[in-house]
Parts: sequence; C-alpha cells; structure tokens
Amino acid sequence: MRQVYDFHGGIHPPENKHQSIAAPIADAGIPEELVLPLAQHIGAPAIPVVEIGQKVLKGQLIAEPAGFVSVPLHAPTSGTVSAIEDRQIAHPSGHSARCVVIATDGKDEWIDHSGLADYKSVDRSELLTIIRNAGIAGMGGAGFPTAVKLSVKAEVGIETLILNGTECEPYITADDILMRERAEQIIEGAQIIAHLVQPDEILIGVEDNKPEGIAALQTAAEGTGVEIVVFPTKYPSGGEKQLIEILTGKQVPSGGLPSAVGVVCQNIGSAVAVRDAVIDGRPLISRITTVTGEGVNDPRNYEVLLGSSLAYLLEQADYQTNKNKRLIMGGPMMGFTVPDAHVPIVKTTNCVLAPAETELPAPPPAQACIRCGMCAEACPASLLPQQLFWFSQGKEFEKAEQHNLFDCIECGACSFVCPSNIPLVQYYRAAKAEVVQLRKDAEKSEHSRIRFEARQTRLEREDAEKEAKRAARKKAAEEKARLAAEQGSTEEDPIQAAIERAKAKKAAQAEGSNSAESAGEKLEKAVVTTRKRLDTATAKLTAAKEDGSDLVDALQTGVDKTRAKLEAAEKALREHQHAATTKEQPTEEAKPIDAAQVAIKKAMAARVADADKSPEEKAREALQKLEARLQKSEARLAQGKAAGEEEKIITALESTVERLREKVAQAQSQANETEVS
Amino acid sequence: MALMRITSPHAHGPMSTARVMQNVLLATVPGVIVLTHFFGFGTLVNIIWASILALAFEALALRLRKRPLGFYLGDYSALVTAVLLGIALPPYSPWWLIAVGIASSILLAKHLYGGLGYNPFNPAMVGYVVLLISFPVQMSSWAAPRGVGELPGLLDALQACFTPGNFDAVTMATPLDLLKQNNSLLMDDLWQQNAQFGRWAGIGWEWASLAFLAGGLWLLYQRVFTWHAPIAMLVALALTAALFYDGGSSASGGSPLFHLLSGATMFGAFFIITDPVSSAVSTRGRLVFGALIGLLVYLIRVYGNYPDAVAFAVLIMNFAAPFIDQYTQPRSYGHAARREDNE
Ligand code: SF4
Ligand code: SF4
Repeated sequence: MRQVYDFHGGIHPPENKHQSIAAPIADAGIPEELVLPLAQHIGAPAIPVVEIGQKVLKGQLIAEPAGFVSVPLHAPTSGTVSAIEDRQIAHPSGHSARCVVIATDGKDEWIDHSGLADYKSVDRSELLTIIRNAGIAGMGGAGFPTAVKLSVKAEVGIETLILNGTECEPYITADDILMRERAEQIIEGAQIIAHLVQPDEILIGVEDNKPEGIAALQTAAEGTGVEIVVFPTKYPSGGEKQLIEILTGKQVPSGGLPSAVGVVCQNIGSAVAVRDAVIDGRPLISRITTVTGEGVNDPRNYEVLLGSSLAYLLEQADYQTNKNKRLIMGGPMMGFTVPDAHVPIVKTTNCVLAPAETELPAPPPAQACIRCGMCAEACPASLLPQQLFWFSQGKEFEKAEQHNLFDCIECGACSFVCPSNIPLVQYYRAAKAEVVQLRKDAEKSEHSRIRFEARQTRLEREDAEKEAKRAARKKAAEEKARLAAEQGSTEEDPIQAAIERAKAKKAAQAEGSNSAESAGEKLEKAVVTTRKRLDTATAKLTAAKEDGSDLVDALQTGVDKTRAKLEAAEKALREHQHAATTKEQPTEEAKPIDAAQVAIKKAMAARVADADKSPEEKAREALQKLEARLQKSEARLAQGKAAGEEEKIITALESTVERLREKVAQAQSQANETEVS
Repeated sequence: MALMRITSPHAHGPMSTARVMQNVLLATVPGVIVLTHFFGFGTLVNIIWASILALAFEALALRLRKRPLGFYLGDYSALVTAVLLGIALPPYSPWWLIAVGIASSILLAKHLYGGLGYNPFNPAMVGYVVLLISFPVQMSSWAAPRGVGELPGLLDALQACFTPGNFDAVTMATPLDLLKQNNSLLMDDLWQQNAQFGRWAGIGWEWASLAFLAGGLWLLYQRVFTWHAPIAMLVALALTAALFYDGGSSASGGSPLFHLLSGATMFGAFFIITDPVSSAVSTRGRLVFGALIGLLVYLIRVYGNYPDAVAFAVLIMNFAAPFIDQYTQPRSYGHAARREDNE
C-alpha cells in the first residue's frame, strides 16, 4: 500500500450519494433545442463558424477557439442553427451570454470522423492538437482547457500524473458511475495523457466511499502500471491542491501551478473525453450529469447532450416543481443556484441538485461570530476564516490579504461548521472581487500616472532642447559676428573653415549611418522585449485560468494588447530592415568630400595668386577689401540698430566697425607709404 | 418560476451557537451538584438569581441598542455568563452583590463593547474582578464545607441572599487562603491542623474540581472547544507547581495536585478560558494563551495579593490575546513550500 497523507481540516457532511448511484447511466435523449454557450470553459469565448439557418451534423465544428486558452465547440447532434444570440446561462452571477442555438432534427447524423489506431505513433503536438480540437475542458468543475493543461514543457519534469476520481462533494455520483461503467476508458485515457506528459507514475485517487468504482478501476488497471490509491473520505479531498497533498505529501506553492511540484492533475471525466477524442475521433458533445435531490422522483446519472436545458433533464428524472424552490448546479458545498430552469447544461455541469425545502433548509439569519475557531479547524487551506471574516466585513483588505485571503479555495467547509451560520464564503468572494477591482483601479491610475510623468518629462525635454537650440543659435550668431569682425586679420580662415565644414559634414554622415544602425537595433530590442513580455503574460494567464482566478479577463486583454504591440514592433523592424537594404549603396557620399576639396583648392589657388602680386598691389587690394568690409559692417550696424537688435550684438558690431576703421586708416597710411617709397 | 438564489455552501452542519451554549450549561451540572452537596444551596441560589438578572439586563441592553430581543436572547450567551458568575461567587452572597456583578458582566463587559463576539474580556470574569476589588470582605468569605460546619437549608440560602442582614453564615478560610497565610507549618502539619483541607486540596473543592473536569471532558468530546487552551493551562500550572514544590516545607507553594484540584483551576480551565470570544484564535495561539494563564495562576496564587488567581490571570491574558494572535498565525497551505523554494 502506498502511503497517503492527510491534509489540515476538512469536514464530513452527509454524503447523500446512495440516491443517485443505484441506477445505471441513462441516455437523456435529444431535446428539441440545444443552447450552446460560446464560453463553457475558462478563457476566451469561442468564435462561431456557422450561420443562422445552416444545417449542422453531429460532431461538426460550430465555433473555433479564440486564442491559445480557449476551446472549440461542436454540434451535439444534427439539426439547424436557429439563432446565435444572448441567452440566460448557468453562471454564479446569473448573467446571459452569447450562445449558438440548434434546432435538432432527431436524426442524430454524424459528421465523418475517425480516430487514431495507434496514438503512440503520432507526434506529441499532433495528439495535443487532437485534444484541443475536440473541445475538451476540465470536466470536474473549473473547465480549464485540457490541452493547455497538458502542454507542459518536457523540461518541467512531471513525476506524477494524478487522475482525480475523488468526487468529495455530497450528492454527486457522476464520477463514481463513470468508474463503475467505464473503467477501461478511464485507464485508456490515463495512458494517453501519460504518453503526453511522460510521468514517472500514474495515480488515480479515489475516496474509500466508492468500493464498486475502486474495484472496477483495479480490474481495468491490472498490468497497466496505473495505480489506484484509496484514502479516507473527507471533504474537500477532491480539491486539486488537497488531492495532491494526500497523494504526494507535497503542497503546491501559493499562487503556483501543480507542475511546480511535478504534478499534473486531471479529472477522470476529462480522461475519458481525451480517450474518446483520440481513439474514436469524437469531440466533447455530451457528458455525464447527476440529477438528484428530493425534488426529483427518479434521481440517477444521465448521459446528456451539451446544451440540453436543465428543465429538459429534470423532466427525464420526474421533477416535482412543487417540492423544489432552489436549483443548484454542482454540489451542496460549492455549487451555485441558477436563476431559471432553462439554462443549458455545459461541459462543467457535473450535477443538477433539486433539493426539497427540508432537505437543504435555507440558512437561518447569521448570529455574531463567537470566535469559536471551528472554522479554522475545518479549513483545508489552514487559514483563519474568522479573522478573514472580520477583515472582509471591516473592508480591511490589506489585512485580509496578509491572512492569505487568496489562498481560500471557497470550499465552504468553514461556513458548514460555523455555529453562528455566518455565510463566510460569501464574504470572501465579495472581498476577493473587491480586491481585484481595487488592484485594477490602482493599476489604471498607476498607468495614467506613468503616462502623465512620461509626457511631462517629454515636454520638459522638448523645452530644454528648444532652449538649447536657441542658445546655440545665439552663440553662433555672436561667433559669426566676432568672426566677421576678425576675418580680415587671418587669411587662412576660409580654407580652415572649409576644411572644418567638410569634416563636420563627413562626421555627421557617419553618425547618421550609425544612428540608422542603432535604430534597427532598437527596433530589434523592442521586438525581443515585447515577445518576452507576451510570454510572461501568457504564462500568468494560463496560471490564472488554471486557478480559476478572477483576473482572467484582465490578463486576457493584457495578452491581446501585448500581442498587438509585438506585431507592430515586428512590422516596424521589417520595414526598417527593408529600408536599410535599399539604402545600402549611398551614392551621395562622395560628393560632400568633393565639395570640400574644391573649396580647399579654390582657397589655395587664391593664395597662390596672392603670392604673385606686388606689395603695392597687395596693399591697395587689402585697403579696398577693408574699405568694402567697413562699409558692409557699418551698414550691418545701422541695420542692427534700426532693427533694435540685442545690445551685445550692437556693441560687437560697433567694435568691429571701430577696428575696421582703424585698419583702414593703417592700410591707407601703408599704401601711401609704399606709393611714396 | 421564481427560484431561490443563495450562495454556496447550501449544506450546513448541525452545530449552532445556541447549541454550543446549551452544551456549556449542561456541562456545569455535575460541578454545581457537587458544590451544592458540600456547601449547601448557596451556589444554586446564586445561579438562579444571577440568571434572572442576566436575562433582564440583556433584554434592557438589547432594547437600548434597538436589537431584536428574541433572536439575541436565544443564543443563551447571557445565561452562560450568569451561571459561570453564580458558580464563581461565594455561596450565600447577598442579592446586591450578585446584581452588581451581573450588571458589570452584561452591561459593562459585553454590551458596552458591542455585544457577543465583540467583547475583548470574559464577561463573567470582569464581573468577578469588579466585585473582588470593590467588596473584598464579601468576596473572600466562603461557606464552611459539609462535615466541618453546619449546612444551611434552602430557606436559609434564600434568606442569605435576599435579606442578608438576618443571616449569619458559617464561613471559613478556604484552603488556598490558609496556604497563603501559612508561614510556619510544614505542609503535612497544615493539612492535619485544618479540617477543611480534606484529602488533597480541600473538602468539597477536590470533588467539585473533578466534577468540572468531567464536564469539561464531555465538552471536549462534543467538540465544543479544542483541548489546546485547557490542557496547556493545566500542564503549565502543574509544571510550575512541581518546579517550586520543595517537598512540603513551610515556604512551599503547594503540590501540583493541590493546585490542580483546589480553587477554580478546573472550572477556569474548562469553562472560563475556553470562552472563545476573548481568547486567542488559532490552535497554536490557544496553546500559548492557556499555558501563560497556568503560569500566571501559580504566580498570583503564591506571590500575589489574592488567594485565587484565575480571574486575574484570564483578564490579563485577554489583554494579550490579540498579540498572541499576531504571532501565531498558522502556516497556510502552500506557503512554507514557497519559502523553501526561495532558499
Ligand atoms: S465558526 Fe463561525 S462563529 Fe466560530 S469562529 Fe468561525 S466564524 Fe466565528
Ligand atoms: S472556504 Fe476558504 S476559508 Fe473557508 S474553509 Fe474553505 S478554504 Fe478555508
């Protein structure tokens, strides 16, 4: 016997399973109308691929997945698509959602389909695709896409594959009957899944209150290496985290996935669905649902087509409307009430419970918490529910989070034992929702703060740049003025200036090509970082989905946005690369150098010409030049004064004029001298 | 068809607060019978008078606070407070003493803080301590046990309560008092010289303690509370007593057995410190809470000014409960694993 472990807390509510387990699985038949919500799983709703009025065959794809964490939808029987519209669905919030409605034709005509003869011969990714295309989502309750759960990377190293046949919720017997009647299929499904995740061991965990199921599984598992592990009945041992602790003694880290401790966990119903998809090529179009409670005269398990209404199913079980005031989807511990009996059965509906008033009485009004601690003793997550209640009620969300509010699995054990009848779980749900909302708001305001700050710095930077440019321009003007004033004295200036200018141009061009290169790099970097971000976001989303976290929607939009960004970045990069290759041969480049050389040559030639001239000529020429410059300067000064230019510039101009006058006087006397001599 | 919408869970366990309180009341019965057997009807009259007053005060407080009477009176919590205080008070206490005590318990300790569940201190113990400080004479005279003095009848008991001037009870120092005052006799001699010491811890006291122990064990069996606080208190008290018990010299603090079976030890361990409202919340916290009370009981008994110490020890630890809670938060699922990962 393998060692099993105990987990903290837990309760023993009345099991009430015998009512529905006595009879074998019955076929619920084909209702006139099937209503198929596009979102029966965690993740993005599927996208319809059929049109109103279109004929569909049994097993035909009617909606395709919208992204990685999403599953497709198939027609459960043949008929005509009669509507694609919002219908009331079974959801804790009681809202309506988009559904494909099929008017059935009763012929139950299959589309062409075939399975794999030998699944071991096909590629792992191909198997995953088959599972994904079959629309399988966790059938134990949460509805997480099975293919996503099974696409664990090989390097993660899965030690244990666990199939969950615990079914710890009172009343529900869907898994029990599955074990009794379809044990071989469960084992086959387990082997297919094992082929995918390559675990060291395959375990099926079952509570000891299902002896027939256990015996059937054991017979079927003989010689396959699949081990059936039986452990004492205690609610909620079927919680994924609890089951992992029972079977391996390990706890999944808070906020982490089971794969963190080398475990992949699947419901046995999902295993059978995987088997059907791979071996028979049959997509997920029906499931086993328990119909029970004193509100029905004929409680049992039904094989029911997805999209059948609760009302239809209840009718099969001889429903007594007068006895029943509350319809629960799921079990009495974690199930939720539905607003209306016309909501459809979906992939996750394991039970429809129609209790009589006396069977599950409405809760009496809550009394004060007497801090008896019974809740803390019952809590399988080892939380302090009474403290969480206190903090949730007082809206002290930070403290609630410190007390690990988000590790609460909403199992209801605390509410069950609370002598004061406090609806504790309700408080936690509300608190969680509020915290998530607050986080969203905080994120939003953080975003807008960052955006605001970025804008602010950009504006400041632009201002600074403008200022710098203005200053530079002014300086340049001053410099020009100064140079203009001094030009006469240094003959080499033009050459030097020309050389310098040419050099500057060249440098600029080099830099230009540099910056072109760095722009490319930048784009590449952007692509890489965005891709990384997308990866982490997707990982987070997957985790959130697996946990059934409320953040899924937010994460989904995040992922979508990041993906859009990535695409944009990639496009930009491609365009840039394209542009770069077309610009490869810069024909222009030679020209500026030529121009510089020309200027240098010109200047040199002028100098050579100068050297040939006689001193008198030179002096005269110089005088003429100076006079011309003086005139120019005077004109410039006058102009400046008239235009009311800055004082500095005026003074500079004045001093230039002054100096030129002096020089002219000097030159005149020189010229006179040379003439005299 | 209008369907009812309720959030999960839809099933509920059999336990209710009223049932918890009823169980507590039931569990006091053996102790009360033993007390009545040894000390006469005084305790019973205490309890009845205290209960009437408690219900009246509770109703008054609820009326003033505009709360529905029936719903809150139905939780039996006021009755529990009254019975516990009635047991703790000396038999044949005058009516006004009990009235002051109950008023302090119900109005001061409970409703001023917001009613059941919000009171940081144990209401019965607040009432007790208020009386002990205000009326030390009345509070420290305990009736002589059967066989030592004459036992008054039921009529006498009623007279003692309602016309206290006309009644002169035979009172005697309790064994705890005697032990405290003793500084010359060896333990064995002390036992021999004073008839009320009985076999281990005082005539009447030892049997009453055992009766309360039985009631407490039954409550444990009924899962009304967990063993952590009471057992921690008893173990801590016994260990401390054993540590300081020097074999019975005149300076001895008394044997572990004496401490376990005398005074309000058992009553306190199973009926007072298990009051969930004013104790620590987690199991680890309750271990600490109980153990510290045990330690304090010994210290106050032997070194303090009051012979019995349970009430003071409990109130002091009520103060400390929030701090204990802060340091004894249990390790939630998946949290240690994460720490290991980081290491
Ligand atoms: S079980 Fe109920 S009354 Fe007891 S501590 Fe928890 S919340 Fe309070
Ligand atoms: S609902 Fe949450 S707090 Fe209550 S027992 Fe379950 S895990 Fe613990």
